[in-house]
Amino acid sequence: MAYQNIFTQVQVHGELEDGVPLPAGNDPRFGPFGFTYWMGKLGGTQIGPVYLGTLGVASLLTGTIAFLIIGFNFWAQVNWDPIQFVRQLFWLSLEPPPAKYGLQILPPLAEGGWWLISGAFLTASVLLWWARTYRRAVELQMGTHVAWAFASAIWLYLVLGFIRPLAMGSWAEAVPFGIFPHLDWTAAFSIRYGNLFYNPFHALSIVFLYGSTLLFAMHGATILAVGRYGGEREIEQITDRGTASERAALFWRWTMGFNATMESIHRWAWWFAVLTTLTGGIGILLTGTAVDNWYLWAVEHKFAPAYPSTGIVDPATLPGAPQ
Amino acid sequence: MIRKLVSMSLVLPALLLAGCEVGTKVTDQVGYRGAGLNQIALKRTLPAADVIPEPLYELTPEMRQGPTAKQTYQNVQVLGDLSAEEFNYTMAAISGWVAPVEGENGGCNYCHNPENMASDEKYTKIVARKMLQMTRDINANWTPHFSLSQYAGKGAGVTCWTCHRGQPVPKYNWSAALPDPKGIVGNKHGQNAPAKSVAYASLPTDPFAALLQGKNIISVQATSAYPSQYVESIQKTEKTYGLMMHMSQGLGVNCTYCHNSQNFASWSLSRPQRVNAWYGIRMVRDINDNYITALGKVWPANRLGPAGDPKKVFCTTCHQGKNKPLGGANMLKDYPALKGTPHDMSAPPAPPMDALPAPVPVAAADTARPAA
Repeated sequence: MAYQNIFTQVQVHGELEDGVPLPAGNDPRFGPFGFTYWMGKLGGTQIGPVYLGTLGVASLLTGTIAFLIIGFNFWAQVNWDPIQFVRQLFWLSLEPPPAKYGLQILPPLAEGGWWLISGAFLTASVLLWWARTYRRAVELQMGTHVAWAFASAIWLYLVLGFIRPLAMGSWAEAVPFGIFPHLDWTAAFSIRYGNLFYNPFHALSIVFLYGSTLLFAMHGATILAVGRYGGEREIEQITDRGTASERAALFWRWTMGFNATMESIHRWAWWFAVLTTLTGGIGILLTGTAVDNWYLWAVEHKFAPAYPSTGIVDPATLPGAPQ
Repeated sequence: MIRKLVSMSLVLPALLLAGCEVGTKVTDQVGYRGAGLNQIALKRTLPAADVIPEPLYELTPEMRQGPTAKQTYQNVQVLGDLSAEEFNYTMAAISGWVAPVEGENGGCNYCHNPENMASDEKYTKIVARKMLQMTRDINANWTPHFSLSQYAGKGAGVTCWTCHRGQPVPKYNWSAALPDPKGIVGNKHGQNAPAKSVAYASLPTDPFAALLQGKNIISVQATSAYPSQYVESIQKTEKTYGLMMHMSQGLGVNCTYCHNSQNFASWSLSRPQRVNAWYGIRMVRDINDNYITALGKVWPANRLGPAGDPKKVFCTTCHQGKNKPLGGANMLKDYPALKGTPHDMSAPPAPPMDALPAPVPVAAADTARPAA
């Protein structure tokens, strides 16, 4: 029953392997460093080689600066008390500038200035890492699918923290850096804009998000289920369909009438994942810029379910009401 | 190995569920089906029944006749038209509600100089007079807040006990937070701390100074589907959200006690309780602005919060975790002196406190008569 375990039961490996030679102009690689039994439980047993390169170094550097700015701001907020830093970590936050500063390039550091600086470094880090995923794929003569999927997530990140605040004319519209604070921001954002569940792009994003988990479960389960026939060798099965692939396909035709192929299931998965953040970003971008109250918008477009009126009226509209 | 995995698979879910409340729930559907309009409470943590003090003795109709308090005593400014006997009955009740501890500074002496009961020399007497005016104003003019009480129209309202519960300063109160320090050290921008006031969310920990005094707008949603001149920030929304968390905690209810979460702003989807809450917020502002803050310099330093403002009321001050304070008991029926006279709600409020008349000086010789 080894193939039914989430951990790799039998670890097979040969000599340490350096990978293909790279074209001229590339930096040397670090490693490979050796084999580890525990990583082998989860994935490949070999650690390294790592390719750092200019982009990798620049991305790690800017990312570390952003991380440290956020961390030191948190620490300062609890008066440099290490115990309170740990105890309150989930509550602490680096907040964007208040609305009065609009799109000012650098408000006072304590009033969102540090947020802008750390955001700039974090964005640089993320974009450099994106360029790294793109260039490494090209150098390995792969497709650039990973980079474009990552770009979709970056799109949502940029909409939330940069593009939409620009469109709204205020950094205050952006998300704080903090664990509970960003969750409270999300709830407040939905409340302010009349219930985000009535934003159709939010709905699409949820469809693709939940759809992704469904596809992931179906695909992972299918491949594990035909593991005893070598089903995990998916690439070979694409070009040379063996009994694992045949049985997997037959299973889905029996149960739901049609089957994805060994190749197309990965296209399904890629598109579902990419569309989650792509549609999500569109939904966020339209909020406040094109639509100010999604509930009223849904009423106007006749897709908000109507419940019987409770007959309650706004007391502020009654004559003689207090202010 | 297998055994480790099995024990882990048992322990891990147990740890993850540790935050859940195990026990019998009491649920109540309070609105249209399918919209999550339910109240759910854990049976064993339901608040206990409140102590409701009985009147010290019966107030008979005969006792309400006879010479008035102002004919009998000196310097009776609010309750002067009561009979002296009803006046004494009311005073005795108040001292039991607010300063029950006997002693040099307890009981009557908490407010009165025992040598000269008419004297206004103790600040507590000035405050008590203001609080009597407030209580009578609430009972006469804020009746919309009580419109869903089982005693609505039959004298629903408050007494001193509703808030005080035997303590000179009501247990649940708020005062403004200290201003944020300059710079980043110790500066959490008034939020992002595990504060009970907002149910341990990272919301602004003092939504009260902005929203439970003065006239700031609480609602945040746009009334048009499309962008207009209307702009409310996310930060403002979080303040309103924080106030709502306080109301939810203070009343022991969830959002859907008043709102249909399909759209928090919509009145035609809301329950009638939201109207009571709306009046309640205005009532609290009236209390804070025109009675508590209005007392101004009357408050001594030990009755002020860290920012130098007096301790004020919010929903929890009366409600104390119950949607109806004291479980809806009608204490007021035994204390007719605490019912005031209605006035036009839109009339200008009482003058600010600095304009209060100075305490009436009472000559010691005048106090030969028994004073209240």
